[in-house]
Amino acid sequence: MIEIRNLHKHFGDLHVLKGIDLEVKKGEVLSVIGSSGSGKSTLLYCINSLEKIQQGTVKIDGIDVHAKSTDVNKLRQKLGMVFQQWNSFPHLTAMENVALAPRIVKGKSKAEALHIAETQLKHVGLGDKLKSYPSALSGGQQQRLAIARALAMEPEYMLFDEATSALDPEKVGEVLDTMRLLAEEGMTMICVTHEMGFARDVSDRVAYFHHGVMEEIGPPEQIFDNPVSAHTQKFLANVR
Amino acid sequence: MQETITFFSGFGISDFWFLADAALKTLWISVLSISVGTVLGVIFGWMLHEGKWLAALTIGSILDIFRSVPLIIQLVLFYNFAPMIGLNLDPFGSGVVILTIYTAALVSNVARGGIEAVPTPMRKASRTLGMSYWQDLFYIVLPIGGRAVFPAWIGVVLGVMKDSALVSVLGYVELLKASQILITRTQEPFLILALAGAFYFALSYPISRYAAKFEQRWAQ
Repeated sequence: MIEIRNLHKHFGDLHVLKGIDLEVKKGEVLSVIGSSGSGKSTLLYCINSLEKIQQGTVKIDGIDVHAKSTDVNKLRQKLGMVFQQWNSFPHLTAMENVALAPRIVKGKSKAEALHIAETQLKHVGLGDKLKSYPSALSGGQQQRLAIARALAMEPEYMLFDEATSALDPEKVGEVLDTMRLLAEEGMTMICVTHEMGFARDVSDRVAYFHHGVMEEIGPPEQIFDNPVSAHTQKFLANVR
Repeated sequence: MQETITFFSGFGISDFWFLADAALKTLWISVLSISVGTVLGVIFGWMLHEGKWLAALTIGSILDIFRSVPLIIQLVLFYNFAPMIGLNLDPFGSGVVILTIYTAALVSNVARGGIEAVPTPMRKASRTLGMSYWQDLFYIVLPIGGRAVFPAWIGVVLGVMKDSALVSVLGYVELLKASQILITRTQEPFLILALAGAFYFALSYPISRYAAKFEQRWAQ
């Protein structure tokens, strides 16, 4: 379980997250929506310690992410993350991209790591691109490669930071389908997204962020059909 | 009949081998300086990147001096003044020390550029896979940044190899010094300088060709 208590994050004078309280249970899919600059992505960065926090706690299965004694590199193996930009390693083939972390972080043998890579690439529908370099793949394929790369570490949670925002419109579907597949398989996911259709169809709960505050959280029907907060209503009216 | 004494004699095959041997010495002093200088330069470049203003103020300033002062002055100063601090190095040793620091100074900037050529999000992505700082540095930053600045590094290599000719001012008989000796004896500057140039070309050209091949392969 991911437990966030009274989380505050500042960038200099800018107060980006203002006391977030949130719990995400195993197997749950949470979508985080909100306008740009509302602190959605920063929340993900604080969950896997890519950003330091100023106040509060973030716990993953009871382990305090920001405690000095925590082995962050080990903890991150539980947390797969996919970014807006796919960040494929350009000097490695698709297989090598996926096999690298299992080999050097988990200490798997080369053959074992390549086997994992092949399985995960087939899982995301890239079975025919095993030997391709990222430069030969489309944006959508590279994003699926990034998902396979994260899955190869056998994470218990997946964090998606606007995984489809940088894609050409016709490539968005293939990445969302892969995310849907993971949700159906029972993966615990936090998805920061602008894809309202995905948030509504796939999520167990949707959270709306506004200026660093979690204004509203609840089942998709509640957020999309009967939002309580005036900010949520205004946001949804604008994106529809 | 009175015999005439000749001071000059023509260019012979043994002189060719003399030049070839000197070319090997140029190669040796260059390989040694460039290898050690590159390793040091990468370490300095990393320190400049990570250490920010503190590193820029300390090592950055020292490396700036080595980059800015003409190599010939560095060589003469070091060779003549190093014994004052107990460093009695022969011309070869002095040449290696100065060429190494000079290479390191040039490579440090190239290396820093290479590290900075790897986008921060990519480094964050590798860290989210559980890689440690050092794993990210060796498996991601070094190969990606290295490729980005490889042409610049080759430029440094070729430059240092040609600049190694300046070690001749200390009396080390490398290619240029050997040519000067032969010119004095044979009085055939055109032939000998052309030969010395051909030797430099033979040393540098394969490096450029191999470099171009690597770049081509990486571009695919």
